[in-house]
Amino acid sequence: MKNHVWRPLIVALVGIALLLTARAVMVPKDFGVNGRSFTYGFYRKGNVDDWKNFKVKYRGKEYCVECHDDKVTENLASPHKVIECENCHGPAVDHPETPATLPVDRTRELCLRCHAHLAYPQSNRAKMPAISPDEHNPGIDCVECHNPHNPDLEAMQ
Amino acid sequence: MSCSRRELLKNACKGALAASLPLSAFKLLSPADARAAVGDPAIRWVFLIDIQKCVGCGFCVKACKQENEVPYDAPVTRTWVERYVVTKDGKSHIDTPMGGRDGFTSTKIYGEEIKPDEITKAFFVPKLCNQCENPACVQVCPVGATYQTDDGVVLVDRTWCIGCGYCIMACPYGVRFFHPIYKVAEKCTFCYHRITKGMKAACVQACPFGARQLGNLKDLNDPVAHTIMTERVGILKDEYGTKPQVFYIGLDERVR
Repeated sequence: MKNHVWRPLIVALVGIALLLTARAVMVPKDFGVNGRSFTYGFYRKGNVDDWKNFKVKYRGKEYCVECHDDKVTENLASPHKVIECENCHGPAVDHPETPATLPVDRTRELCLRCHAHLAYPQSNRAKMPAISPDEHNPGIDCVECHNPHNPDLEAMQ
Repeated sequence: MSCSRRELLKNACKGALAASLPLSAFKLLSPADARAAVGDPAIRWVFLIDIQKCVGCGFCVKACKQENEVPYDAPVTRTWVERYVVTKDGKSHIDTPMGGRDGFTSTKIYGEEIKPDEITKAFFVPKLCNQCENPACVQVCPVGATYQTDDGVVLVDRTWCIGCGYCIMACPYGVRFFHPIYKVAEKCTFCYHRITKGMKAACVQACPFGARQLGNLKDLNDPVAHTIMTERVGILKDEYGTKPQVFYIGLDERVR
């Protein structure tokens, strides 16, 4: 067996065996064709659960109402009922544990997202109750006069 | 042997049917093969956007970035809102400052003031991953780090991605980007962690006007599926053959 063909061949075979062993150890058991085909479903199955277990941060009005039912009730009777609390108050995550307080966005810019007038005919933006930001009390925060939970102009203080 | 005309016709029909059946029809399929052949019968997530209803507030983008831990001030985002303003001279003015994260509050587009009487049409178009039926981004992945789930969502395995960027180049819709922190390909997941728990996607929940909706195309009682199947809806870049699953009501040919 000691000839110039067999010796390099054995080296090559050992190399391949090592490669296959390393591959068998390192590639997770759930890696392979898991979906509809090799083209679209060649992946590690466990990653689907990784994504399912991603942390939920926006909890929705149903979560807020558990403690702040007075605010939510007031809000639900107003035109602003369509807006989620967390759009202005920030994501609840695990509030009241973490974070203990939510950073409320009280800026004029927040209100202008919807209420700066843009005359765009093919968008409902044109129908929004709106102001011209340069003419309507520039520099003053909207919440100085308007109640964001119930922006009814009749009930304005 | 006697044979009535009725019998003869019946047998002739049966014979024709039997002759038309290929042999492969009698092949026994394993349950896994059968399931794979029909796909998961229960769920196919789809998205429906009503362009008329979008007012360009950008709450969807804000919610998406915070929900999915996309760096807030980095110029990357999983979903974004584009503004289209077409003027009387036939020009399209299109912008999406910071992906529309802070909403559209000015009439200026790239510093150019556009007067209302010059506008022929103007609207906002939210965009996100189309979760294509034939995702080009998945085809090109050399390591099997991105894939399509049984319910039709395309995900990225962050532990497996080598960051080569092929998928970012392959996506005809430009929805993929490089995550500045994890250094891997990043994309919209339809909030897979939320929809699989029965919640709405973060952008859908944050939209005050119902411009964004998520549904199950395989559920005939689903209002979103019903709308897609019975109303006039459009998709983006049909010519690529990727079969996108984000449908638009009121789409314009200028939207690409």
